Amino acid sequence: MENLNESKVGTTPSPSTSISDNAQSPTVPAVVPPKPTAAKPAVTTGVKKPKQDRAPENDHGIWRISRRNFFSVAGWAAFFVFLATSTIASLRMMFPRILFEPPSSFKAGFPDDYIVGEVSEKYKDDYRVWIVRETDGFYALSAICTHLGCTPRWLVPESKFKCPCHGSGFRPSGINFEGPAPRPLERLKISFADDGQILIDRAITFKFENGEWIKPDCYLKYS
Amino acid sequence: MPKLREKLQQSEVWKSIFRHNYQDTNRNRALQIVDNVFLHLHPVRISRHATNIGFTWGMGGITFLLFIVLTITGVILMFYYRPAAEYAYEDMKYLMNDVAFGPLMRNMHRWAAHLMVITVMLHMFRVFLTGSYKPPRQFNWVVGVVLLVLTLLLSFTGYLLPWDQLAIWAVTVGTNMAKSTPLLGHGGPFGEALGMRIDNDVRFVLLGGTQVGPPTLLRFYVGHCIFLPLIAAVFMAVHFWRIRKDGGISGPTPNTKE
Repeated sequence: MENLNESKVGTTPSPSTSISDNAQSPTVPAVVPPKPTAAKPAVTTGVKKPKQDRAPENDHGIWRISRRNFFSVAGWAAFFVFLATSTIASLRMMFPRILFEPPSSFKAGFPDDYIVGEVSEKYKDDYRVWIVRETDGFYALSAICTHLGCTPRWLVPESKFKCPCHGSGFRPSGINFEGPAPRPLERLKISFADDGQILIDRAITFKFENGEWIKPDCYLKYS
Repeated sequence: MPKLREKLQQSEVWKSIFRHNYQDTNRNRALQIVDNVFLHLHPVRISRHATNIGFTWGMGGITFLLFIVLTITGVILMFYYRPAAEYAYEDMKYLMNDVAFGPLMRNMHRWAAHLMVITVMLHMFRVFLTGSYKPPRQFNWVVGVVLLVLTLLLSFTGYLLPWDQLAIWAVTVGTNMAKSTPLLGHGGPFGEALGMRIDNDVRFVLLGGTQVGPPTLLRFYVGHCIFLPLIAAVFMAVHFWRIRKDGGISGPTPNTKE
């Protein structure tokens, strides 16, 4: 069983490598590896591993580019270049170019479709957005819990958003008041489209904790 | 009958497959192990105390047994499961309600998966208690940690495949943590400075999109059924082989470095 390793040890008169250390299974009586013969010429500087087909002092290793080993070096270089480029290509392939997801901005109907004081869940399934109508305007809330990203539910009788995953609760304004959510829900850019419909862009968010809710795009004035 | 058996065992085919007979000598028994592709990772001989269940609890072996159970039941489940958003949940329901032995296979897969996480933990606990992570076994401890991570990843990726509400939101929660990865997540430290956005960070690669959707299901399926088991098998082979090289199962560490 250990024959292979022993023979390897025998042919490598260099200082014992890690192979020979591990090869000695305790269950097999350890065979003393043949000691490097004293007659062997001392290893000259710059030569680490003596090759079998050449006296160590004449062996310059494979990494010195010379006429003799040009093709060897070129071959290895080509191999590693191939390896690197295919790794990069494989990684790049994992980033899709096209996403089959709902677009970030969408039209949410005309302002008169909404009832004052109500939280509309009309666009929650498709776009994860609530649209809240107040007496003097609209704002859009992102239906992504700020704790770990579940979709909270709008509970009409309690007038709050409640996340089913870990119990975070939010006021209709989006301010968090219970559960583990660390910050209020994000508001989204809301404006009028050319045809008079409400236009919501989910890519532009406004965070309360950054004082962004006072920005004009965050609230759509209408009365 | 004995004659037929004799003839069979003397035949060219038999002898080319089985190189050793049952001669009960130390040499022959060792050869049987060494010349078998499945057994050769194991030591030829073990010490008497290595079979003592109190030393190892057999947790590593049980973990491997569960891995085999999971592989077999998993392959069987693959015959009925399609990893597309339109079909995944229906196929799971089909397996549970109408496929013969479907519930048995799926439940075996599920319970073995839960058990495997537990036995891996207990195995590590035992290795820690007996100090088996110490030299020369320290490299095998590292291999074991990699295998623990692979076990957890297998468990996590398998969790999405039923494609029900629990699965989708659990994975949403789980992958949202990837947002906060340092450097590679768009919500993590230095992430934004490195140009990470929701559509190019590490979470995006995991999900194949900005939210858990059909590409996520496919990615997790391929990872669960092909990629992770393959990697785990390679690491397991190294793990078992290293046990032998580092002094065998159980017992004190050998003096290899004098």
